[in-house]
Amino acid sequence: MSAEKAATGLKKAEAERVGLTTAVQSGPDGAVLTLTLSGRLDASSTASLWRPTISALEKTRPVLIKVEASAVTYCDGAGISLLFDLLRRQKKIGGRLEIIGLAEEFQRLLDLFDPTEFETGAAKRAQPSNVMAETGRTVYLVWRDAVQFIAFVGELSIALAQAARHPGKIRWSDTLWVCERTGVNALPIIALISFLVGLIMAFQAAIPMRLFGAEIYVANLIALSMIRELGPLMTAIVLAGRSGSAFAAELGTMKVNEEIDALTTMGLDPMGFLVVPRVIAALTMTPLLTVFADLVGVLGGSIVLLSLGYPMITYVNQVLVSVTYIDLLGGLAKSFVFGIMIAGVGCLRGLQAQIGASAVGESTTRSVVTGIILIVLIDGAFSVVYFYIGI
Amino acid sequence: MENLTAGYEGATVLENLSFDVHRGEIFVILGGSGCGKSTLLKHMIGLYKPLSGRILLGGQDMSEAEGQERLNLLSRIGVMYQSGALFGSMTLLENVRLPLHEFTKLPAEAMDLIAQMKLTLVGLHGFEDHMPAELSGGMRKRAAIARAMALDPEILFMDELSAGLDPVTSAELDQLVLSLARNLRITFVIVTHELPSIYAIADRAIMLDKRAKGIVAEGRPQDLRDHSDNPWVRQFFHREATESPAA
Repeated sequence: MSAEKAATGLKKAEAERVGLTTAVQSGPDGAVLTLTLSGRLDASSTASLWRPTISALEKTRPVLIKVEASAVTYCDGAGISLLFDLLRRQKKIGGRLEIIGLAEEFQRLLDLFDPTEFETGAAKRAQPSNVMAETGRTVYLVWRDAVQFIAFVGELSIALAQAARHPGKIRWSDTLWVCERTGVNALPIIALISFLVGLIMAFQAAIPMRLFGAEIYVANLIALSMIRELGPLMTAIVLAGRSGSAFAAELGTMKVNEEIDALTTMGLDPMGFLVVPRVIAALTMTPLLTVFADLVGVLGGSIVLLSLGYPMITYVNQVLVSVTYIDLLGGLAKSFVFGIMIAGVGCLRGLQAQIGASAVGESTTRSVVTGIILIVLIDGAFSVVYFYIGI
Repeated sequence: MENLTAGYEGATVLENLSFDVHRGEIFVILGGSGCGKSTLLKHMIGLYKPLSGRILLGGQDMSEAEGQERLNLLSRIGVMYQSGALFGSMTLLENVRLPLHEFTKLPAEAMDLIAQMKLTLVGLHGFEDHMPAELSGGMRKRAAIARAMALDPEILFMDELSAGLDPVTSAELDQLVLSLARNLRITFVIVTHELPSIYAIADRAIMLDKRAKGIVAEGRPQDLRDHSDNPWVRQFFHREATESPAA
């Protein structure tokens, strides 16, 4: 019978609080590993004991581990887990573990766990997915989203039709409140962006046009592009980021807090109660904000021409001859559709919110992304239609 | 706890509160709704600063400590919040492992094992890979206890321990609290309304009252129930409704 004994190298600071010595004896059936533990087995001291202990175990592969624990003064969950790890490792390879002298209160904690219930090794990690599965999942999610979107459009149409038939049932106070928040409160940001877009575009256009002595046509360019295209588009994008996201966050929070469920069980349709006021507010406010954006954008362009020495009246006249009411109405028709879409998407994404803290953030992001994509698609569709009907 | 006065902007909720919690004791804070139980708890764990007075943890002032000193104090306590407050983006195992990962140098397999054992203690073995959103309220609460225990703190604070749990789970939690207090000498400070649970586990209780803005009774719950002079305290323990003119 041979015996070897070793004190395991612990850092000095830890060695003062906790001790570990290992001894290996070869018996008739195989090796016997004796581990002598002493001191406080808490999270930090166990951290320093863990690797030496497990490596001693793996090196010797003993049939019996004797843990001499009578000098252990304190043993918390971390220490217990170390003893438990030894136990389950021994169970797995058919070895035995004897714990000698562990105080009864600590032994009771150890007895709470059943080694057969735990798998050895690290906990399961998420499997990396393959490309086919991911593609399938994405297609399915897009398909499901499209179906939900179509269903939502249908439900919203019915709710709007009912609202038109019974205007008294619309929650007008809510609608006005939403109007104020989406419309009036958005004026400064819309003004700033339109003014700058008008100014920058005029400035960029003036440089090449000057080469041909055609600076005055900057007025035509600004008027047409602002009123037909950029006014509605910029307004819609600002509203998607500002109000669409707000709707999604509001309704998402209500969904998470079960307020939507409460409305439903009270017999109040969330569609009529929450979505219709927001859609009405957005579809009235968006065209108004667009007219405002058109005016401010054209005003921004005027600054460049004024600085080039043209009088204001020349600029105004040039603007008035270059745009017609058809241009203005074409832009407003677009902004009307944008308004319904932004409010609808915001509300839909809010109502789709899942549970959990990240759900509201997710639905807000989705509302802005979907909103902006749909704005561009709808704008493209309008351009094609306007081209074919010749306006 | 010395002469604590606490409150929110302008409104004091508690005035001149003083009491001691002893090591290894299960200490229960009782009181009707809105009497400041949760406010008191949040002061004790250092989330709110008292308007005046001190909160001492082993001689160190919880509310004044800053930097490393505060971290050291916080490492000695664990808190279970009323709704669990599990991190929604992590699985249960990751939730429990987070404090181990941040504050100890244990190897990864040890952290996994400890986290699994804590979850087993609260009866959630097999749910390690679930997200908090997939669990019922009671399970979330138990997972929150597992997370609070991850670092084996000296004191565990629990807000509404057994509210919303079924009687069996609730009784099991009581057993768990008792065994941790007796075996590991963990001190428990528990806010609860559940009378059976109070009788089963509490060594000592204080009772707060909204009108008194402080403690109206202190002692063993059984004594308070049977021998209190205060009619409101007796009413509380006997679950009697306040007589209203309509009744």
